[in-house]
Amino acid sequence: MRKRRGPGQRAPGSTRSVEHTDGQSVLTDSLWRRYSEFELLRNYLLVYYPHIVVPPLPEKRAEFVWHKLSADNMDPDFVERRRIGLENFLLRIASHPTLCRDKIFYLFLTQEGNWKETVNETGFQLKADSRLKALNATFRVKNPDKRFTELKHYSDELQSVISHLLRVRARVADRLYGVYKVHGNYGRVFSEWSAIEKEMGDGLQSAGHHMDVYASSIDDILEDEEHYADQLKEYLFYAEALRAVCRKHELMQYDLEMAAQDLASKKQQCEELATGTVRTFSLKGMTTKLFGQETPEQREARIKVLEEQINEGEQQLKSKNLEGREFVRNAWADIERFKEQKNRDLKEALISYAVMQISMCKKGIQVWTNAKECFSKM
Amino acid sequence: MDMNSFSPAMPTSPLSMINQVKFEDEPNLKDLFITVDEPESHVTTIETFITYRIITKTSRGEFDSSEFEVRRRYQDFLWLKGRLEEAHPTLIIPPLPEKFIVKGMVERFSDGFIETRRKALHKFLNRIADHPTLTFNEDFKVFLTAQAWELSSHKKQGPGLLSRMGQTVRAVASSMRGVKNRPEEFVEMNDFIEIFSQKINLIDKISQRIYKEEREYFDEMKEYGPIHILWSASEEDLADALKGVASCIDKCCKATEKRMSGLSEALLPVVHEYVLYSEMLMGVMKRRDQIQAELDSKVEALTYKKADTDLLTEEIGKLEDKVECANNALKADWERWIQSMQNDLKSAFMDMAEENIYYYEQGLATWESFLTTQTDLHLEEASEDKS
Repeated sequence: MRKRRGPGQRAPGSTRSVEHTDGQSVLTDSLWRRYSEFELLRNYLLVYYPHIVVPPLPEKRAEFVWHKLSADNMDPDFVERRRIGLENFLLRIASHPTLCRDKIFYLFLTQEGNWKETVNETGFQLKADSRLKALNATFRVKNPDKRFTELKHYSDELQSVISHLLRVRARVADRLYGVYKVHGNYGRVFSEWSAIEKEMGDGLQSAGHHMDVYASSIDDILEDEEHYADQLKEYLFYAEALRAVCRKHELMQYDLEMAAQDLASKKQQCEELATGTVRTFSLKGMTTKLFGQETPEQREARIKVLEEQINEGEQQLKSKNLEGREFVRNAWADIERFKEQKNRDLKEALISYAVMQISMCKKGIQVWTNAKECFSKM
Repeated sequence: MDMNSFSPAMPTSPLSMINQVKFEDEPNLKDLFITVDEPESHVTTIETFITYRIITKTSRGEFDSSEFEVRRRYQDFLWLKGRLEEAHPTLIIPPLPEKFIVKGMVERFSDGFIETRRKALHKFLNRIADHPTLTFNEDFKVFLTAQAWELSSHKKQGPGLLSRMGQTVRAVASSMRGVKNRPEEFVEMNDFIEIFSQKINLIDKISQRIYKEEREYFDEMKEYGPIHILWSASEEDLADALKGVASCIDKCCKATEKRMSGLSEALLPVVHEYVLYSEMLMGVMKRRDQIQAELDSKVEALTYKKADTDLLTEEIGKLEDKVECANNALKADWERWIQSMQNDLKSAFMDMAEENIYYYEQGLATWESFLTTQTDLHLEEASEDKS
């Protein structure tokens, strides 16, 4: 799949075999998608699958850059890496047991025009939880599932440590670039010097050539490392996806707690009315004391309303409880899936990093062995 | 590295050096061994200065004893160099380390300023000792053997300050006149020196810069490894791999440090010495030109019958001998210097290449061993999954 983005630019994409709900493979023509459409797709998935750790998008702007890579979003290397990131995003969704069946996702891959309208028609924006509500819930929830609390901490730690790692890696890359490139100056000076030397001339000249080779080898080495950094970045962004699931749980739990609280207070009110004792403060109670008791008929009416509300409340509480438990079950299943994926992917990334280092060392040995031979012939 | 007297990195006593000696270009047996060590700070009311201990062991008859120990300060070395230059104006006197160090260079040598200077001073004296002519210089002998007060009084016996100034004035005047009849071989020599000087200065700057970049790379790397350890604390499955990577990075860090110190031992001092040598050479060329200029001006005077012709003719005769001597001395020493320059720089660059090869070999071994542990684990896990 090739999907590329650029402001005002559309990029070609073509789908290959994608499993969808009726198990058929679909092969269509090329399709153009902007970055903003990818964002729309993701936002939609976040609303409709709050129990799923939704794969993150690659970064919009280049971050954690070192000096050679400008923060220029038009830089061809950056654009290519983002293309790969977007492709990866779609592959992640396509390989997710639940998400791959989504109709809107299928249409994203196949519907040429009006996809945006189709998404917006689902009304998903309205269904989204407000940020304020979510924040409120985070602070006030009393009994969230401990596993989610731990997961939240983990995702905070993961985000913090990967950010730090990427920052330092960028600085290390910058310095390494410096070391390699300065050796290139040897090449030039050796060449000029060799002009005045008789016996040493040839050795100097060819050694200088190897210094040039050494200096230019760093470009490919660091480009490869950028791909490694991208793998880490994906999991940096996954941390936010984890937190989103935790927030949803907190919201549902808070909702549940509020509903239970509300039900309890209504039951109490009812009891007080029925028995005539007033344990809780109520405005009605105060005014009745001041202005006279209400009639038994009025009291009966109120009790009846409350009893209806209590019934309704109990139904709601039951279904919220069920929803909540189902959410926890489903979310935790996906989180387990995610954990295994993360461990696999990151281990592979670390191994590929080692492979890169090995390749760099081998190149270094070769170049310096050649240089040494030239020096020995001086 | 060669085990000869030019390795100041090896603090060997002169006695052990007698046993280890390698005879390269000297047909005679080496009979003079010098070490410079033990820098000591001296504080007086007027100033603070450093002295270095100089131990000489010799079997030469003209020395009163076979072993000497004296203390000398940098000023004394300067004096010695001046005397050698006066006595042998067209010989290539070894360079002394600079009097003042350009700001910022001090941190660049991991040894520190004093240690760098000590090594350079050690080299200076040993180069003189190995020089076929300079080794028999009287002032050199006094320098190595005289006690402090003896040296002071000997110094005062030299040509007076006024006569030295007179020489300088004449030298400036004649160098300004320029040399018209510089022989072809010396023209070539001069051209070589000019270009060599440019190039060696550039190489000096490049090498210093590389050292600086490596230091900064090392500083960043020190922070890089520990982050992986931090991460491993919040992981279970990944913890081992992360710790493995951290350990590899730390090992590479140490290897970088070693490469840096190798650079500062083997490459930087040698290149820098030749920067100083190239300045020295330009001075030698000037002095040769000046001697020739003296002759030329007398010849000119004779042509125009400016003064007593008999006296002039006699003076010219002496000067012609002087010029011939100077030229021959320089020619011979030049050949010797070119040899030693080629050997020393070739050695230094080979050392640099060796350091880098070793550095990358270390890296390779480290990461390959990490990879093996990870793939072994992979295979283990794979077979566990199957069963």
